[in-house]
Amino acid sequence: MGKLQLITKGLVKENPTFVLLLGMCPTLATTTSAINGMSMGLATLFVLVLSNMAISLIAPYIPDKVRIPSYIVVIATFVTLLQFIMQAYVPDIYETLGLFIPLIVVNCIVLGRAEAFANKNTVIDSACDGLGIGLGFTMSLTILGLVREILGSGSAFGFKFIEGDGILAFVLAPGAFLALAYLIVIFRKITSKKA
Amino acid sequence: MAVESTFKNMTVCLLAICLVCSALLAGVYALTAEPIAAASAAKNQAAIMEVLPENTASVEEERTIEMDGQTYAYNLGYDEKGEVTGCSINVSALGFGGPIVIKVGIDRNGNICNTKVLSQSETPGLGAKCVEPSFSDQFKGFNPNEKKLAVRKDGGDVDAITASTITSRAYANALVLAFKVHAAIAGTPMLIDAASGATENWEATENNNVEE
Repeated sequence: MGKLQLITKGLVKENPTFVLLLGMCPTLATTTSAINGMSMGLATLFVLVLSNMAISLIAPYIPDKVRIPSYIVVIATFVTLLQFIMQAYVPDIYETLGLFIPLIVVNCIVLGRAEAFANKNTVIDSACDGLGIGLGFTMSLTILGLVREILGSGSAFGFKFIEGDGILAFVLAPGAFLALAYLIVIFRKITSKKA
Repeated sequence: MAVESTFKNMTVCLLAICLVCSALLAGVYALTAEPIAAASAAKNQAAIMEVLPENTASVEEERTIEMDGQTYAYNLGYDEKGEVTGCSINVSALGFGGPIVIKVGIDRNGNICNTKVLSQSETPGLGAKCVEPSFSDQFKGFNPNEKKLAVRKDGGDVDAITASTITSRAYANALVLAFKVHAAIAGTPMLIDAASGATENWEATENNNVEE
């Protein structure tokens, strides 16, 4: 598989949110607005690329039975490093993202890619895979956040175009499930036509 | 490709990974501890300047006061002549999703100068809107003698956030608490004449509230 294919498959064919249905907890919890969704996606992307690379490097040396705890420690380390560095040098961005960052550790996409891809492939391929899946995740969260923000708050990316409030339920958890379900239907409809 | 799992190599492998990871974390923590502390101090300082009157030139170091068994942190602001311009008080109240911590700036006349939310865990899109100016700006220049610090539903003069009465009520309660702390501070010797006037003002309001 070419490098470009590795990246694009994460966007459509193996889209983590709409096709693999992985990482539902951060997906539903953080997409109250387009910006929040995108921020969560980008933070995950960063950790995913780094942890994929590190794990593909160390995987050949790890005994099979302890691979999962080893991967978790590696992922948690990257997340904590990211948290320290952001807190120190970009406190403004940390302010907006702070809540979501520790959530990345428990995001099964990161562990899923380590287990399903990174431990059997080269460093470069794993980095491309992480980039692709990360971009797919970012894209889906941004779309979901945008839909919920438009319906729930009458704004898009913080820009208000309807006076007053929207359908408040869409900002809350039930709206997250509804919006996600409809987006999956639409996504499947479009991709099945192509195939 | 995977290495065979024996008790020995599993232990060694986990130990090695944990050691490397903790060493990395310890190193980065040591490197970033100082910038993190500086960033949070700068944030606190900026928040103080934001809630105190515009003519504040310097802020005194943090002081604490005890009231009803609780300790409250506050800072006094001074203008260029060294006169007190106001004081900023940290208060908190229980909102819908947890405590809402607010820094409240009260000027010499005993009015609210500005308020700033330091931390909150309200529902995003609903109660979390309490950090937005569309809600918090209504407290700029709030005079406790003219208006009542309670949401309109409770017969006060605070416009609540739509569908977030609990959050708005907590915000108003935190401000009421701030005035109480302010009165306690004004009773101590370091705030002078104008501030003691504020104490009287405050007591008057408090009585009004009770009567209503």
